[in-house]
Parts: sequence; C-alpha cells; structure tokens
Amino acid sequence: MPNLKELSKKEPLFAAGHRACAGCGAAIIARQIMMAGEQEKVIGLATGCMEIFSTIFPYTNWGCSLIHNAFENVAATVSGAESAYKALKKRGKIKKDIKFIALAGDGGTYDIGLQSLSGALERGHDMLYICYDNQGYSNTGFQRSSATPMCAESTTQPVGKKTQGKKQNRKDITEIVAAHNIPYVAQSAVGYHNDLIAKIEKALAIKGPKFINILSTCVLGWGTKPADTIEVAKLAVESRFWPLYEIENGVYKINYTPAKKVPLADFFKLQARFKHLLKPENKALLIELQTNVDKNWQKLLKKVECS
Amino acid sequence: MPKSTKNLLAKTANESVAEAMKQINPDVVAAYPITPATEIVQIFSQFVADGEVDTEFIPVESEHSAMSACVGSAASGARTMTATSSQGLALMFEILNIASGLRLPIVMAVANRALSAPLNIHGDQSDTMGVRDCGWIQIYSETVQESYDNFIQAVKIAEKAFLPVMVAMEGFILTHCMEPLQKEKTEKIKKFVGEPKSLYSILDQKITVGAADIQEYYMEHKKQESEAMSTAKNIINKVGREFKKEFGRSYDLIEEYKTTDAEVVIVVTGTTAGLIKAAVDEQRAKGKKVGVLRIRVFRPLPYQEIRKALTNKKAIAILDKADSYNSFAGPLGSEIRGVLYNNCKANIINYVYGLGARDISFDDVYKVFDELLKIKQSKKQTFELKYIGVR
Repeated sequence: MPNLKELSKKEPLFAAGHRACAGCGAAIIARQIMMAGEQEKVIGLATGCMEIFSTIFPYTNWGCSLIHNAFENVAATVSGAESAYKALKKRGKIKKDIKFIALAGDGGTYDIGLQSLSGALERGHDMLYICYDNQGYSNTGFQRSSATPMCAESTTQPVGKKTQGKKQNRKDITEIVAAHNIPYVAQSAVGYHNDLIAKIEKALAIKGPKFINILSTCVLGWGTKPADTIEVAKLAVESRFWPLYEIENGVYKINYTPAKKVPLADFFKLQARFKHLLKPENKALLIELQTNVDKNWQKLLKKVECS
Repeated sequence: MPKSTKNLLAKTANESVAEAMKQINPDVVAAYPITPATEIVQIFSQFVADGEVDTEFIPVESEHSAMSACVGSAASGARTMTATSSQGLALMFEILNIASGLRLPIVMAVANRALSAPLNIHGDQSDTMGVRDCGWIQIYSETVQESYDNFIQAVKIAEKAFLPVMVAMEGFILTHCMEPLQKEKTEKIKKFVGEPKSLYSILDQKITVGAADIQEYYMEHKKQESEAMSTAKNIINKVGREFKKEFGRSYDLIEEYKTTDAEVVIVVTGTTAGLIKAAVDEQRAKGKKVGVLRIRVFRPLPYQEIRKALTNKKAIAILDKADSYNSFAGPLGSEIRGVLYNNCKANIINYVYGLGARDISFDDVYKVFDELLKIKQSKKQTFELKYIGVR
C-alpha cells in the first residue's frame, strides 16, 4: 500500500467542500475509502450524516458512482447493483471491473439496517460493507443507538437526576457479522489511515461479502473539540475500548496492541458524553466499565489464540 | 378470450406471468414469497435452476429488500422484475416511492390480496389501492390472458415512460384459477419488448443517484415525475396499439361494454367486470339499458376517457374492492366522482364489495342495476356509500 506522501498526491475522489461539521470523523473516512485501491468503485450510501453532507443536489463530493436509496436498505440496494453487474457482465454488456461498497452509519448498520445487512451477507454478494460507527444517531441530533456505549449520554438517554446515560451494553456488531462466516471482517478507527486503507484494499481483493467497522468521532454527539477528533479515536484504541483487529476466514488477528494500558478515563475525559463518569459519585460505574473493557480484551486474546 | 382455440393452454395468472418472465429473460429478479404471489417466484426459480433463463435471481430476506434490490439493479441499467402481494406490497411502500422518484422502469406483478388485520389471504384490491399514490403506473387485469399480456406490455411501458409499472391481478381468482391462455412465441415477445432501456446507469456513468434534494430543486423533480405520469397515458395507448398489431389482442385505458346507449352504468376494475358483462347481457335481453365501464389503467387515471364515457349517464354505480375508511367513498368512488364533477348529472352510488374475497353474485349485480334504474329519474342528486354482500 502507498505511504502517506503518495496517498496525499492521489487525485481526491472524495472532493473537498463537503458540508460536514469541522472535525467530522466520517468525512475523513469517506476521503480515505476513496484513496484505497485503484479499482473503479460503485458506492451505496445509507441515509445519514454522510449522505446529507456529501450529496446535496446539484453538488456531489463523490468521484465515483454513488446510489442512495433509503436508511435501512443499503446492503439490499448494493446487492441489487452487484447482481445487475453480474447479469450484464454475463451477457457481455459490461466489460470493466467494478468493486461494490455499501456505506452506512451505526444506525443504518446495527439497528434499522441489520436485517438488510444480514440478508446480503448470507446471500454472499461480492461487496464490502463499511460502517462508520459514531455510536449514535448523529444525523438527527445524537439519539442513542445500539452502538452507543453503556453510560454514554445521548439525547434519548440523557444523564438525569435518576439515570447516568445509557443503561445497556453496546451491541457487538463486528462479532454478529463474523457469525455469518464471511471471508473478511475487521475493525478500524479514524486516525489510523494505514490500518484502514490496508484493510479496505485487502477486503476489495477478496471475493464475497466483507465488513469493516470503523470507529468515527462525532464532534457534536460526543462533545469533543474539532481538533481532538484523531486524538479521541486514538485513545479509544490505546485504552483497548476499540481494538483494531481482523477476522480472515475465521482467523482472528489483533492488528495493533497498545504498548501500555491507557485507562478508560483518559478516553472519556475529552468527551462531554462521558463527563458524568469522572465525578467522584460515579466512581463505581467507571470501575465497572473499565472491568468490561479489560474482560473484552481478554476475550479477544482468547479468540486469537483459539482460531 | 381468444377467438381460436388452437394452441391454447390452460394456465393460471401466476403460471402465465412466470412464463412471460421466462420469455422476457430479464437481467435481474429480486423477490420474496407471499401468498398468493409465491408461485411466480417459485416457478421462475425453477427456470433459473434449469438454465432456461440466465437471469440473476436474488432470493432476498424481505419484500422491503426485494424492492430495495430492484432499485439498485434498475439504477444499474438492468431490466428488473419482482412480484408480491398484500403485506409484502405494504412493506415495500417506502421504496415504491423511491423507485418512481428515481424514474426506474421496474416491472412488478401484484397478486391482489386483502390487508391485515384481520388476516385474510384472499383477493381484494386493498393492497394496490393503498399504494395508488406512489408514482407507479397501475394496470388491473380482468383475465389470465390479460395478466400475461399486461405484464409483457408493462416492460415496454416502463422503459418508455421511465416509471415503474405494477400489474395487478386478483389473488386466487386469477392467480390460482386456470383459464385459456394464448401463449405467444418467445422470439416475438423478445422482439416486442426489445433491448432494455434506462434513463441512466450507475455502472456506465460516474453519477450520484438519490441525492439529498432540498427546497431549491425537490419540487421541480416531483413536477417532472407528475408530467411523466401524464405522458404515460399516450405511451400506454401506443404500446397497446403495437401489441394489437403484433398479437391481435386490443387493450385501452378503459374498456366500455355496452355503455354507448346505456342509461345506467357500473364502473369497476379487475375480474368483477367479467361477471358484470354477463349480467349486462342478461339485463339487455330484458330490454334494460345497462352497461359496464372497466378501469384497466388506474394510474395514470384516464379521466378524459372516463368522463367521456359517463357524461350522459343517468345513474352510475362505482364498485370498489377496497375501502378508503374516509366515511365518504372507496378509492374508485372518490376519484371517479371527482372526474365527473361539473360534467355529469347522474346520481351515483358507491359500493364496497368483495373485501377479503367475499363472493359477489349475479343477484348482487342485478340488485345494483335495479337500484340504478330506480334512481335514474330522481331529480335530487345523491352520492351514497353502500356495502354489498355484508351481513
């Protein structure tokens, strides 16, 4: 894969001038997806922030074909496009090679789009599904999603006099997708362009359904400073809250092991959505969340060992 | 029914539509089974399994995904088809609007079935009437032959109007009952439908489809869609004429049966027209001036043709195989009343009948005609909503 200098010289296929918030993780991800690989891409995009900030008619940031259908059906939509491509290729009506990418936020992936995603994975379409996971419904003002971590504040599970944000655990979509036994599943995060682009390029070279879940800082939803977007995502990885790993044909591999254990509180302290957890009265909650992160890391290590 | 019985097959509408699909050999079919449309997909799957077609068949996990995949496929320039019914069509509702808004020539067979609740798998028109404002062309079939013929014409209509087309055929009455079918030669059908046509393809051009479209442009795009629906009327007529030239069977937007000199007329859509035609013959033998007007194409609404056919009538009954639950009229009742406003002095009764496939008999139809003949002289203009055959 090309180095950073070479990447920066590539023709930008996700153009500047989008309407995302300053410091939006999703916009960085869109740009890096379009930097990955040399193949012609057709992208399906679910309704969400990315669609709104990049496709306001008559403008588009996309230098490849893009289709937006609805919120919950990007996987089905791309499975239709990919099937059309197969049919037209078979009939000699199309000669070139095209790679298909479905792109959605955590709402369109974990929640409303889960059935469509599962169906498409099971049918085995040759597509890469990418989730930019900002852990909440950012486009509508950061309501909770099933990707929202426990205790995080959201507009539908706010911190109040009686409750401390989300009461439930985050759904582990990466593992749910892995249970479909598809050839390639991975997690990445904004700020790790080498990791992300290498994973996209690897995925695009594999036939069949692939899935990459990318942690994406949301300035408005997470209550972070625009300048901290990369720093916050890096702390998510360094604290082992968000491990960078991949599952290739069932074999687990951790792509990056933090040199030292960064406490979860360090990841939390840059974000307004977790600020209540740093109060002395919520110390028990913070310990519980740290324990969960440690357990999950151990579980991941076991999966690497066993696979 | 065809005049010559030579080469006739005994087929259901489901079998006939599956046959038509095979003969057309579309690029992509994405479908999910639902009674009473299931057989179409099942029979077609066998054609795929036997290599009789080389269509890419997508066995999706829901009707929502069926229509979503159809959108992805049709936007890729592929000739795309599906079939569904009732709850399946209701589940597609969101994407039906997107298919028409993106001007995608998708063709869908709908086996008409009642909507839940209560659960009923039998044929009424609640489902297609429920999606009447989704921007799809709607063609209602009276017979198995017409289901087959409509489905073939639908491909050409969709690809000229760049609008999706649904061909409605009542569940069980058409989908599961055998009638004579004049099946046409595959080469002739292939020649008739021609090569697939689309407005654009995301595989050919580098374009953004389905962009966010705010106040500055949305309304212009929707106006274009509305104009496309107006233009579709001429396209449907033209395709009908081409079909007649090629295959000998003639189809118009509406079908008038003994209406020219009729004093009273029943307006209906779908299979019940057949029953009423037979009832008209009986009544005519007794000297009663009665007729029936069948709405074959409901979207676009052939309002000029309907107005012309009904202007001088003295009394009209509009039969709806669905209710609008607006306490005023069924879907046909409301719209035809609107078409006739200021153009017709007839007294009008709107009947809801056949919900959940409650049977309608000759006697029911005779009673309607009797009622119309009774009120035809009445000076007082009335518009009533009644139910037929309900306890």
